[in-house]
Amino acid sequence: MAYQLTINGHTHELDVDGDMPLLWAVRDHLNYTGSKFGCGVAQCGACTMQIDGVATRTCVLPVSSAVGRNITTIEGLQSPQARAVQAAWVELQVPQCGYCQSGQVMSATALLETNSAPTDADIDAAMSGNICRCGTYSRIRAGIHMAAAQLKNSGGAAQ
Amino acid sequence: MNLSRFLQGKAPSLDRRAFLKVSAGSAAGLMLGVNFGGVAAQAQGAGEAALEFNAFVSITPDNIVKVMIKHLEMGQGVYTGLATCIADELDADWAQVVCEHAPADTEKYANLLMGQQGTGGSTAIANSFMQMRQAGAAARAMLLNAAAAQWGVPASEIRVSRGLVTHGSHSASFGDLAVAAAQQSAPDVAALTLKTPDQFTLIGRDDTLRKDTGKHDGTAIYTQDVKLPGMLTAVVAHPPRFGAKVRSFDATAALARPGVKRVFAIDTGVVVLARDYWSATKGRELLQVEWDDSQAETRSSTDILAHYRELVDTPGAVAASEGDVAATLSQSREVHELVFEFPYLAHAQMEPMNCVAQVNGNAAEMWYGCQSATGDQAAIAQLLGTGIENVKINTVFAGGGFGRRANPASDYVLEAVRIAREVQGTPVKLVWSREDDMRAGYYRPAYVHKLTAGVNVNGRPTAIQVRVAGQSIIDGTAMAEMMMVNGIDITSVEGLSDLAYEIPERQVELHSPRTGVPVQWWRSVGHTHTAFSKEVFIDVLARKAGQDPVAYRLGLLRNNPRETAVLQLAAEKAGWGSTELPAGWGRGVAVHTSFGSTVAEIVDVSVQGTSFKVERVVAAIDCGIAVNPNVVRAQVESAIAYGLSAALADEVTLTGGNVDQDNFHTYRVLRMSAMPQVEVHIVASTNAPSGVGEPGTPPIAPAVANALAAVTGQVLTRLPLKLA
Repeated sequence: MAYQLTINGHTHELDVDGDMPLLWAVRDHLNYTGSKFGCGVAQCGACTMQIDGVATRTCVLPVSSAVGRNITTIEGLQSPQARAVQAAWVELQVPQCGYCQSGQVMSATALLETNSAPTDADIDAAMSGNICRCGTYSRIRAGIHMAAAQLKNSGGAAQ
Repeated sequence: MNLSRFLQGKAPSLDRRAFLKVSAGSAAGLMLGVNFGGVAAQAQGAGEAALEFNAFVSITPDNIVKVMIKHLEMGQGVYTGLATCIADELDADWAQVVCEHAPADTEKYANLLMGQQGTGGSTAIANSFMQMRQAGAAARAMLLNAAAAQWGVPASEIRVSRGLVTHGSHSASFGDLAVAAAQQSAPDVAALTLKTPDQFTLIGRDDTLRKDTGKHDGTAIYTQDVKLPGMLTAVVAHPPRFGAKVRSFDATAALARPGVKRVFAIDTGVVVLARDYWSATKGRELLQVEWDDSQAETRSSTDILAHYRELVDTPGAVAASEGDVAATLSQSREVHELVFEFPYLAHAQMEPMNCVAQVNGNAAEMWYGCQSATGDQAAIAQLLGTGIENVKINTVFAGGGFGRRANPASDYVLEAVRIAREVQGTPVKLVWSREDDMRAGYYRPAYVHKLTAGVNVNGRPTAIQVRVAGQSIIDGTAMAEMMMVNGIDITSVEGLSDLAYEIPERQVELHSPRTGVPVQWWRSVGHTHTAFSKEVFIDVLARKAGQDPVAYRLGLLRNNPRETAVLQLAAEKAGWGSTELPAGWGRGVAVHTSFGSTVAEIVDVSVQGTSFKVERVVAAIDCGIAVNPNVVRAQVESAIAYGLSAALADEVTLTGGNVDQDNFHTYRVLRMSAMPQVEVHIVASTNAPSGVGEPGTPPIAPAVANALAAVTGQVLTRLPLKLA
């Protein structure tokens, strides 16, 4: 059946099974390939998108449950927090293989959008659902702190 | 135009035309990594063709230096490292350099240490350091000659700096000179004068950005993202046990599922081809398959390890021998012995195995993160009964590898080709689920070691006997003939057979029993287990002798200045012996040489009851010249995290031949909350570069075990580590 999805501010209509996970609808049928498939059981976080601003594992979220909600993929990230995270990722050369990094950036952005000065414990709590087998965790942590500092200096966190 | 913006609006189909449109006139487009033959090469530079200077360097008239990368970029930084070597000798501006994976072409792109095109053994920089510099220097000479002819001045008087060629009032970019320069005859490589280390402008610099871009914004393209017109997605129902075959299957229900196109059996299982991954997966759930287990491995991993424990009580094939160890041990006043046990390990790279294949008659075109170009190309050609010239491989970024993608049997690659040849002309993307990936085998083998040493009155070892039991990763592969000597697979004992510590008499024996579990190299290969038993055992000997573990090691490394220097640097940076630890904390050390490089790691752990946390790791590495120190540090950080994951949790077990783990909730890997603070120090060196991707892995597990022993007194001899 046909479902209407709002992705990165655009409306898309697609005819798929309602139980198809949002990840696969977006990857296979809408060609936003930035969000990755890593586990299929919400264990690794590679598929993370923001649903109404909340970092969500979309490999287990049925398309039928995503209707009428604001879906943001890595391709549609625009907030000051997202820009600060992505700038820090480049500055600190965070990614290695990079396959998990779309999900890492989505989770880090969602963290900073709700917590402008996360502690290491906050980062552990927000980021431990995102696995990185290259082990870039130290740089991810440093990147979040750097982005938070940059937002504070620019007043971005107050927005 | 950048791809992310391109995709945001209408989200058009990423078909061939879209790829080319994005590629044309866009440096970002070049980074897609998907090379559609000559078309993509011509598409760059606002439609202007790149001019080829040699197999590694092309320059476009609009001033882009395109570097062909002969190794697979899977996170280890080869794009950056190889391009740095070229760009330095070329005197290019780092910003004008873009990278692209080279096609499969063994003659042009062989790994000079392997004799075939492939990535592995931490050799990417080591084998190509001179070759890349020569390629850059050769292209530079051609630019100089073209400028000299144009300006009527001697080439020797022309200067090149950051992509600008100048002489007096003359000035030209590489792009300005590209057409004329590419027509110059290639210089004699042997006659080229390369830079001395003090002349390097890019090599050794910390502030150059990586060239494998698009990984922070989702635009980097992996196999999983490749999409071709008319492409179908394949999943395969594999047998639950290794060695089992399809006896029969009923596809009625699967074929009735919307989106499912075809169901058929191949050597490795039952294929479901569908319009997308979800339809294929749902179709697979509806299959009824009966398996033939007559040739299957049905043992449990506990049975296999029990057998190995019996084996290490008996003499094995001798891999290394010096002196009469048995006699010396029998006469020693004090003998220490430990038995170690190591589980099977999955690579669990983030991108589960996948591969895109299209077969037309006897020709195949492939798109995937290809790690073994020569091996895969030959295997595909053999399967199709054709020549390698009919097998075209387009390499894209790989979402991690850690050894898995260089499969001696080309397992996942041939599976894709077997499927694609059933649907001639239709591109097929084979996608493994995480469960498929984790249960497919090709694990780091399980091992049991027994180490026995006699010590003298000073506590120094006088003789050591090592017995290793575990499957060979080489036996039964095409490499056996070349790599096995007298039945010894050196990769099973490397790190012990060439023991760094000065022990006068030693004997290393090996049992290589065969099982039905497919095994393969895993980041740092034999050193994953040999460094552990060696470094835990030496720590025990130090404590039995009442000596400091660092001082004890230094005493046994008096003729090994390299390990001595690395160990001393790590000890100094960590404050070994000079800083007080909080109550309940312990500090441990390990040092090991692998892939030509030496790494020492010093670990602080905090212990509460039977749980513990690794708090801090201080590492020192000697890898010769650090082409990009930031990438070197990143690789050591990564190698530590990867090895720490295995120290803390990773383990594949089998029950009745069935793999017990299937996903990240059962195969537990390191997460953010368990990541320690890591510092990496690089020994300054002017020696030729050696391995970087792997050597950081071996020392971490023994350093953690030694730190735990220091604080709890418990000597842990089994991985993953568990306190009693």
